[in-house]
Amino acid sequence: MSTKILMPALSPTMKEGNLTKWLVKVGQEVKAGDVIAEIETDKATMEVESVDEGFVEKLFFKEGDINIPVNKPIALISGQKDSSIESNDKKIKDSSKTESQEINETKESNSTPQEINTNLDKDQITMRQAIRDTIAEEMRKDKKVFILGEEVAEYQGAYKVTQGLLDEFGKKRVIDTPISEHGFTGLAVGAAFKGLIPIVEFMTFNFSMQAIDQIINSAAKTLYMSGGQINCPIVFRGPNGAAAQVAAQHSQDFSSWYAHVPGLKVVAPSTSLNAKGLLREAIRDPNPVIFLENEILYGLKGEVSSDVNFTIPFGKANIAKEGKDTTIVTYSIMLHKSLEAAKILEDKHNLDIEVIDLQSLRPLDSETIIKSVKKTNRIITVEESWPFASVGSEIVNLVQKNAFDYLDAPIIKVNSADVPMPYSSELEKLYLPQVDDIVKAVKEVNYI
Amino acid sequence: MLKIRRFEERSAQLYGMGHIGGFCHLYIGQEAVVVGVLMTIKKNDSVVTTYRDHGHMIARGLDPKKIMAELTGRSDGYSAGKGGSMHMFSKENNFYGGHGIVGAQVPIGTGIAFTHKYNGDKNICRTYIGDGAMNNGQVFEAFNLAALWKLPVLYIIENNKYGMGTAVDRAAAGSELYKRGEAFGIKGEILDGMNVYSIIKAAKKAGEYVRAGKGPYILEVQTYRYRGHSMSDPAKYRTKAELEEYKNLDPIEIVREEILKKKIASKDELAKLNKEIIEEIKSAADFALESNFPSSEELYTDVYI
Repeated sequence: MSTKILMPALSPTMKEGNLTKWLVKVGQEVKAGDVIAEIETDKATMEVESVDEGFVEKLFFKEGDINIPVNKPIALISGQKDSSIESNDKKIKDSSKTESQEINETKESNSTPQEINTNLDKDQITMRQAIRDTIAEEMRKDKKVFILGEEVAEYQGAYKVTQGLLDEFGKKRVIDTPISEHGFTGLAVGAAFKGLIPIVEFMTFNFSMQAIDQIINSAAKTLYMSGGQINCPIVFRGPNGAAAQVAAQHSQDFSSWYAHVPGLKVVAPSTSLNAKGLLREAIRDPNPVIFLENEILYGLKGEVSSDVNFTIPFGKANIAKEGKDTTIVTYSIMLHKSLEAAKILEDKHNLDIEVIDLQSLRPLDSETIIKSVKKTNRIITVEESWPFASVGSEIVNLVQKNAFDYLDAPIIKVNSADVPMPYSSELEKLYLPQVDDIVKAVKEVNYI
Repeated sequence: MLKIRRFEERSAQLYGMGHIGGFCHLYIGQEAVVVGVLMTIKKNDSVVTTYRDHGHMIARGLDPKKIMAELTGRSDGYSAGKGGSMHMFSKENNFYGGHGIVGAQVPIGTGIAFTHKYNGDKNICRTYIGDGAMNNGQVFEAFNLAALWKLPVLYIIENNKYGMGTAVDRAAAGSELYKRGEAFGIKGEILDGMNVYSIIKAAKKAGEYVRAGKGPYILEVQTYRYRGHSMSDPAKYRTKAELEEYKNLDPIEIVREEILKKKIASKDELAKLNKEIIEEIKSAADFALESNFPSSEELYTDVYI
């Protein structure tokens, strides 16, 4: 009897992997614990061990094949050595032309509510690469710029965002730190006071809580407390919000925490394009900037500007989709769910939705929001954070104050559940705002 | 030292009159520490300290008028009236505060030292730490980073025996604070903080060590504050006898005796100097009280640049 070896999920957010190397051949005997392949994930290249024992009957992919979905069979192991299979080896290796078709078939069954459509053109780049490229471009231009954080150098980044930076810029400017957020954040703030431009990578923003005193009390307030003498040109960046099933302590959205603080600027990119434009603006800004990335979006591909001076000004929202019936205000990963919901609302309910991607949370583009609601007369907010005192709450205040008479329905906020993030995938789905929740909220403000 | 003493006495007076508000931490008794260290400093070296910072600024040669203007919340103050006693800075003099959060200045000073090393400018950063901060986690994180990356930072622990009202031995397990860098390989020594000569000697040696690129160094300076932790602290947690004991070791008196013994100046000359300083500080206070409060527009400036 044969056993299928499936493409394993080797990280919480891995949806597909690349087969970099086979360490077994067809016909070879495999024991449990033997390394059979090297797989490149969204984070690293990992060795895959066999759990089953037997002889390799088939290899479904050849070395170098990419984007193989998780749970797709990659090899077949049989209990007995079959002398006939060896001759099939070459044929199997060449058969990967059918790969893309197979991938498309399996993608459907593998889709989750969080999945983003990555089926885009080849010359588009991932948000991960967009961030990496922008850091490198700015480091080439200005020797004062350096990056520090956990695993940013030799490991090439916990999420591979800093891949290759150590090779290009050396260990003076690409610095691995100990797991010591409070210390290295304070150190970076001191370096910024003295004139350098540090980029602090938090492995995730959850760990920035260890350092939040230095971010708020030192980085954000010193310009004011020094009567304008000492500014703090620094970027704090890293993934924010939920990843996938990493539970309460590793899945928290900090957007409203930081957006609350005068002295900080806070931005949250949603695409490769605005990741580049906003990050360059952040590095060049003489103030402390919180740059909230999203782990799920790292693999999302999109067009970027090749202009190495391309920036997106802070305080400017992007109208991701124009519409006339209802306004959805959102940011970061929820942009994509909002656009999905807008499509459903158009198809099923003939509603023309305007979707505003804030991009920048502080300063906030109140003008674009007010203008939109004056046109549509209906507005909802969609964000991943907890509901209490969220960015959406501020938008509700803004709208009631500036466009009260234009509203045809009360504003609805779509947020995560007001509980710590649960581990179980089913509860996690309930916790996070889903497309259906957005559709429901829009219908409600339209009294449908 | 005398200027610091007279400045702090005047500050206490203005606080009592309601011209200085909030928290105000006086440096009386500790003057030898900052003066001794500052006598070994180079122009482009950096300094960062705690909220007990008036004396540090005066020692750095900053203008008592502008310091007093800050204490009284006026627009002519070093922070334009927005920082107050605990948050004063002078970038042009490489004085980076004045930090109100216990321990926060330690990673910051380490980061300033990081910049000196990054720029290869051979300057060093002197980072002052109160004994209370020596039980704060970020201090040890900073020690680790400084030792790991051999940063040119001289840590000066001003051990004035009390973290607010809590005696060092009630707060620190193993109260030999200068040894707290040992696990990171940071050398440390303890010295008499009432005697400016011993401080100059030790600070010079330690400064040379740090400037030579050998990494951080710790000086624990045993000192004493005559007043309470802040103006609102009656200091009932210590005895009058203890206070008197230290007053008998007064750092200014030690220098005064030395000057007279070596005939550097006469009694009359010292009395004249004292009078001049009193006048200077009085005019600083007058300047501050005549200075304007910040205009209402200033509320919204300096949040961003």
